[in-house]
Amino acid sequence: MVRWQKKAVAAVAAVALAAALAACSSSGGKQKEQSSGGSGSGVANTPRMKVALITHSGPGDTFWDIVRRGADAAAKKDNIDLQYSADPDGAAQANLVQTAIDSKVDGIAVTLNKPDAVIPNVKKAIAAGIPVTVLNGGLDQWKSSGAIGYFGQDERIAGQATGEKLKELGAKKVLCVIHEQGNVSLEARCQGIKDKFGNVENVNVNGTDQPGTQATLTSKLQQDKAVDYVVALNAGIALTAVQAAKDAGSGAKIGSFDMSKEMAKAIQSGSVQFAVDQQPYLQGYLAVDALWLYKNNGDTIGGGQATLTGPAFIDKANIAAVLKYAEAGTR
Amino acid sequence: MASTITSPAPGDDRVSARSIGARLLSRPEIGSLVGAAVILVFFLIAAPPFRDVNNTGTILYQAALIGVMAVPVSLLMIGGEFDLSAGVAVTTSGLTAGIFAYQFSLNVWVGVLVALVLSLAIGAFNGWLLMRTGLPSFLVSLGTFFILQGLNIAVTRLTSGAVASNSISDMDGFGAAHAVFASEFKLGGVTIKIIIVWWIVFVAIAAWVLLKTQIGNWIFAVGGDAAAARAVGVPVKKVKIGLFMAVGFFAWFTGMQLLFVQNGVVQSGEGVGKEFLFIIAAVVGGCLLTGGYGSVVGGAVGALIFGMVQLGVVYAGWNPDWFKAFLGAMLLLATIVNLVVKNRAEAR
Repeated sequence: MVRWQKKAVAAVAAVALAAALAACSSSGGKQKEQSSGGSGSGVANTPRMKVALITHSGPGDTFWDIVRRGADAAAKKDNIDLQYSADPDGAAQANLVQTAIDSKVDGIAVTLNKPDAVIPNVKKAIAAGIPVTVLNGGLDQWKSSGAIGYFGQDERIAGQATGEKLKELGAKKVLCVIHEQGNVSLEARCQGIKDKFGNVENVNVNGTDQPGTQATLTSKLQQDKAVDYVVALNAGIALTAVQAAKDAGSGAKIGSFDMSKEMAKAIQSGSVQFAVDQQPYLQGYLAVDALWLYKNNGDTIGGGQATLTGPAFIDKANIAAVLKYAEAGTR
Repeated sequence: MASTITSPAPGDDRVSARSIGARLLSRPEIGSLVGAAVILVFFLIAAPPFRDVNNTGTILYQAALIGVMAVPVSLLMIGGEFDLSAGVAVTTSGLTAGIFAYQFSLNVWVGVLVALVLSLAIGAFNGWLLMRTGLPSFLVSLGTFFILQGLNIAVTRLTSGAVASNSISDMDGFGAAHAVFASEFKLGGVTIKIIIVWWIVFVAIAAWVLLKTQIGNWIFAVGGDAAAARAVGVPVKKVKIGLFMAVGFFAWFTGMQLLFVQNGVVQSGEGVGKEFLFIIAAVVGGCLLTGGYGSVVGGAVGALIFGMVQLGVVYAGWNPDWFKAFLGAMLLLATIVNLVVKNRAEAR
């Protein structure tokens, strides 16, 4: 490269850097997110462990991103090499457990939302001397699988708590939006609401098709004017429901399960009334931390019983305390 | 072509024996074999657990889950059609066997047989409707896809009140059926699931049928040019309906594996999207989307590539966020290698 070319490159780089600095946003953006989030605690000096976190998540789901952040935080603190993998297909998730066994990990944290497919391999892992923790799903099956702990919420109880809450709020007819047809946990939530509230109608939408979901909900609210509360089962669907109610000219209020940054803002602004938080960060964190405690001190969190991470209600009364964590992507 | 001048061929080139190299290069699966070797070496270097021979069973199992269905899907593609209902048809078959045996309290094997009859009937229906209406197989099988997807969930809820079928694990015949469809054994430290053995058997039989029998010739003929095939007396209708029924048979087999490996329970929402994995395996393995060209062994190699990439990313401890992008790149690469190899072979 000749000298003037080098100079030109340096000049362009300097200008670009200056422009980038000058163009910094005073609010939001990646820098803020990075500086505000995260638990900056010390790091354990125990020998390095390898732990596999294996979920049934589809790709690109906010909820599982928060679970992962919790797991990552625990892994960082505990000097653990965390390997994350996921597959929504039961048999494929089971095979991922097998790959963890093959990789000779020191612990496995797994979701049991497809218990019949995954449990045989969980038992294999335990037989191979690898401790297993269960998170998010599998409340009825985790004990018999031989796992050392469970971290999640009881979906039916969470639904029932929501039913009570709706009664308290004076709702008359509730629409429960199932965004993944055939998902056992989602069915249990709606059933729980029905247990305590009664007048509940379920509606199926395709959770990965936002415009389609909005159209379905709009037409449903136009068709049935008696609906005065829509309960969505994840944050994204709830925000879509807000828009749908607006489009339909319906006065229906929105309640939701699960948190996100946008959900926190919606609760603050009053467009969503409440969210039932199962604290996914905590699920990921505890499931990994429990493996470390078990290996280094023989402890079991929950002492043989399930550790419930929810349901915790978030509404206008307590949103201020949660908002900054939601903005950092850990609530 | 660069030049039209060629040196005169010694003797009559129509009867001259082709070299082994040239014959090998003209096989449809050669591109995917090269690709599989490259991916194998790549992961042997990148992922330490990949080097452990004992883990071969896990990788082969992942491949077999797709590979068994890739056998008939490859044949069907060579025959010029494809089947979008193949993914949910697997779930339908598993559900049918489970629900039927449970609801009527019958021996598990009765449910298995009923599921076989139903799966073959679904295949026959696809083929019959295709031949009857002349619609593209895309449309016909898309319709069946939606019908089956809806029936899977609706019928399961009607009979069991939930979205999964009732467990049949404590019923008569479960043990034997489990042994046939979902057992496993040790082979020198490697755990081999029985479906891997079945997969190899199926690939061998299907490859023999395709390459050594009259039916195989018919399949190539109907996929290459159906009108010409009909003109020379190939029973086009029978061949195509038969191919769809073959998809039905393998969907039944994969469905039984699903049912018995999961303790006798099938989730009604599963299987959606799997049809594309079967088609991907066939295409990576050298089957042409337009029909008339391809191989069963290629489809198996395609499934193997898919399994290796899927688990290789996990074994290497990489962030699985990248998996789909990696898979897409592999897919493009494999198909381009196929194309190049095929063009060079044809130019000889």
